Amino acid sequence: MRKLLLLILVLVSGVVFASRLFYLQIYDTSFDKLSENNAIKIQYDYPQRGYIFDRNGKLLVSNQPSYDVMVIPREVKPLDTLEFCKLLKLTKEQFITKLEKARVYSPRLPSVVIPQLTKAEYAYLSEKMHKYEGFYIQKRSLRDYQIAHSANVLGYIAEVNNRIIENNPYYRMGDLIGMQGVEEQYEDVLRGVKGVKYTQKDRFNREIGPYKGGAFDTLPERGKDIVLTIESQLQSYGEELMINKRGGIVALEPSSGEILALVAAPNYDPALLVGRERSKNFTRLWYDTIARPLFDRVLKGEYPPGSPFKTLTGLIALQEGVIDTKEKVYCPHGYVYGRGRKLGCHSHVTPLAMEGGIANSCNAYFCTVYRRTIEKYPSPQEGIQNWHNHLKSFGLGDYLGYDLPIGSKGLIPDSTYYNRWYPERNWYATATISNAIGQGEVSLTPMQMVNFTATIANRGWYIKPHIIKNIKGVDTIPSEYNKKQYTTIDAKHFEPVVEGMHDVYRYGTASSLKIPEIEICGKTGTAENYTKIDGKRVQLTDHSVFVAFAPKDNPKIAIAVFVENGYWGSRWAGKIASLMIEKYIKGEITRTDLEKYVLEGSLMDEYAKPYSGEPFKINQ
Amino acid sequence: MNPRGEYVKYDWITIFLYLALVAIGWINIYSASANEAIEPFSSFQEEYVKQLLWIGLSVLLIVVVLALDSKFYNRFGSIIYLVSLVSLLGLFVLGKNINGATSWYALGPASIQPSEFAKAATALALAKFISDIQTNIKSYKHQLQAFIIIALPALFIIPQPDPGSALVYAAFLFPLYREGLHFIYLLLGFFAAALFFGTLILGTTWISILIVLIAAFVFFWRRKKRPNLVRYGLISVICIGFAFSVNYIFNNVFEQRHRDRFNIVLGKETDSQGIGYNTNQSEIAIGSGGWTGKGWTQGTQTKGNFVPEQQTDYIFTTVGEEWGFVGSMVVIVLFILLIVRILSRAEQQKAQFNRIYGYSVAAILFIHFFVNIGMVTGLLPTIGIPLPFFSYGGSGLWGFTILLFIFVRLDASNTFYK
Repeated sequence: MRKLLLLILVLVSGVVFASRLFYLQIYDTSFDKLSENNAIKIQYDYPQRGYIFDRNGKLLVSNQPSYDVMVIPREVKPLDTLEFCKLLKLTKEQFITKLEKARVYSPRLPSVVIPQLTKAEYAYLSEKMHKYEGFYIQKRSLRDYQIAHSANVLGYIAEVNNRIIENNPYYRMGDLIGMQGVEEQYEDVLRGVKGVKYTQKDRFNREIGPYKGGAFDTLPERGKDIVLTIESQLQSYGEELMINKRGGIVALEPSSGEILALVAAPNYDPALLVGRERSKNFTRLWYDTIARPLFDRVLKGEYPPGSPFKTLTGLIALQEGVIDTKEKVYCPHGYVYGRGRKLGCHSHVTPLAMEGGIANSCNAYFCTVYRRTIEKYPSPQEGIQNWHNHLKSFGLGDYLGYDLPIGSKGLIPDSTYYNRWYPERNWYATATISNAIGQGEVSLTPMQMVNFTATIANRGWYIKPHIIKNIKGVDTIPSEYNKKQYTTIDAKHFEPVVEGMHDVYRYGTASSLKIPEIEICGKTGTAENYTKIDGKRVQLTDHSVFVAFAPKDNPKIAIAVFVENGYWGSRWAGKIASLMIEKYIKGEITRTDLEKYVLEGSLMDEYAKPYSGEPFKINQ
Repeated sequence: MNPRGEYVKYDWITIFLYLALVAIGWINIYSASANEAIEPFSSFQEEYVKQLLWIGLSVLLIVVVLALDSKFYNRFGSIIYLVSLVSLLGLFVLGKNINGATSWYALGPASIQPSEFAKAATALALAKFISDIQTNIKSYKHQLQAFIIIALPALFIIPQPDPGSALVYAAFLFPLYREGLHFIYLLLGFFAAALFFGTLILGTTWISILIVLIAAFVFFWRRKKRPNLVRYGLISVICIGFAFSVNYIFNNVFEQRHRDRFNIVLGKETDSQGIGYNTNQSEIAIGSGGWTGKGWTQGTQTKGNFVPEQQTDYIFTTVGEEWGFVGSMVVIVLFILLIVRILSRAEQQKAQFNRIYGYSVAAILFIHFFVNIGMVTGLLPTIGIPLPFFSYGGSGLWGFTILLFIFVRLDASNTFYK
């Protein structure tokens, strides 16, 4: 034992040290991060965000310098808080909260105290900044909007939140990121890559030169400019036409699927979400739960499509061979589909074939062909499923695959859907008869409506709608935006429907909206809709719906217009579509009376009705 | 065969381990002290350049140490010890104050720290005393004499003040134990240390209750052997008295900085910016090394001088950061191999003098190694003693070189002394 004691102690201490080193170096990884924090200073060099242009090369969005007040909490020395708060226009409590938040994030890394000073504020502050150790001003680049429209298309820039920082290691506290619209969709392209500079520091926090001779430093890479398919003038005109109305306009170039205009109303000036007033403005927009200016009605809004849907009902009937273009259907002011059950229709000449049915929007005609389409199959389940599959080939009932970050699927019911509602499966075509005329269970977004309109204009195919025309320096766009998507309807069946839509303008429901020298095809819609007031289902004034494309041959524009509670189709939506088409094709408006009427028209009284708390009448 | 016709066989394993540690040590001193702004080796002020010079001079020392007759160390052990004591005392008159400690003689541009050489001298004197044919380690008188030989240099070193270096003299308990000192002395030392820390952690009240409980438990456990109640009571009272005196000394005799060092290790205080800074930074540096480290001269903590005294007492943090777990283990294994090798050679000595000296060398190296690595890895309080052969400093390197190579010389002859 006397010979072994020291030997044993030596060996035991060797084991103890080995385990301690294992714990420090391998097991506990927190030391690694601490080491990075205290020995290396990381500075980011933010590149300019890419510019955004419209399809004609007009600059929509550029950048402006902005100045953030930053803090490194552990370098803050005792200061005259009151004076400093006065300079920053903060209350003492706000200041303390912000400082504490920065400290919790990291005592060593910079955090933003006040974002986005104006130039004037910067000039005033920069003289006094040296008095406050630990605080400094960092220059950043902010968006500068050259236009006052397209806010829903462009999206906005905001500081990253904690969730984004956790999910994406690229972003650090205080970084900016694109939210909504193009800014979000093309964030990776627009933002570029920030540069980084590592500086070795000593224990007094002095910089003693680049870390590892700058081997890890990178230069910032400027964001790429992008060109949108938006036609800025048309977009701006659309937003003007929609003033004091709610709804949306969406216009495509049918041959390419390019989005020409994407108007959601009400809208706001994109410049509101830049600068120090940003959060105040954002809060105001966010909490407007009645007009909902941040809700993109064109992409997210699901509405019953109304009569324009009849064109699809007709196309499917022709494809299924349950009617030909000659057969006429009698309309006794409606469609009778059971004992005492009748779906009404307005007065028009009767009987009518396909073209006339579309032109006069005859409910009886389309209910008849719809029922035949479903009942062609042994069971209503199969019938509905077949009908559903045809519509799916138009991109309905699912996300369309366009390059904007939001959207809705809409609803095209299938057999499972009805089986769920009628668990005993005792449902028949007549239970779903409203689908024939775009009411009932069917709902579409305005974007989906314009897409099927473009498909009709192309006589059977579409290209996924998209907003990107070019990424400068890359010069390609995703290949899916060049690929034709074919529908299940043969091209030959489109002609009679196109003729019918042309007749809508020639003598039908939009005959008052002809544009000289342009052959337009369109379809009006008047969609019934309901809301809940105090838990009771209440019908509101019909939505005014309109889809159109022009010219009839070789179409250049397809458009869908949706005006909430605008009553019948040609009352608002038709007029707006007509003006938009003329503006796009001719570049000028010849019918100034019509334009004046739409510009000055307001539906604000209509929108106030459900909130008035008094009984009201609809469809006046 | 040397010129005197004596058969000489050097232990090359020990010499190789020594060379390896010195070389690895210098590589790390280079990393810890090299200034990137200056061309390497361009200035004599750079510490790694100076250390290279000290290493060169130690080769000279080794030649001298090995050239002397092995009997020289036995014969002149006492005189070397006395010279060493005088040199320690002389510090009180002629000493140069560096960093608040008067531990140095100024010799032109360099400084000599006599306490580094006193260890070897004390080992020689103790070996000579114990191996004397008239010395009986079991006798209290001779035990007292042995303790005085050990305690004198320690007592001279404490007021410099350099309590860390004085602590090292506790190492001599190991050779004494090897030569027959009763185990109770080591046990007493161990109990005293345990009571010391126990008191600091639990406080006097709880430690007293604990002592009484343990005493009562042992008493009843052994009651069939009719233990002496008075003896148990006495031991308990002495222990409790010790606990109270620890408490008194800790709070009234210790200075605040000493108290702080203990409190940090005991986890009673965490202050990573102030008093706990050294330990915290050293843990960060070692911990950031990972498996294989950041590579030579690539350590960010080393570069930023975050660890104080990094080229001296904290040199191991550079190993930890730049060579990682693998490199650290290599160094630790090298140290253990060296100590074990010395122990095994010591056991094979024919002469008791050689064995005691060898044991002393192993024990001193062990205490340095244990306290230093324990300190930098945060297991022990901050006690400033260097890592042998590794830490920057001429006196330290020479002191350890002489200490080790006297043994190599003794081992090479391995004869009886008449």
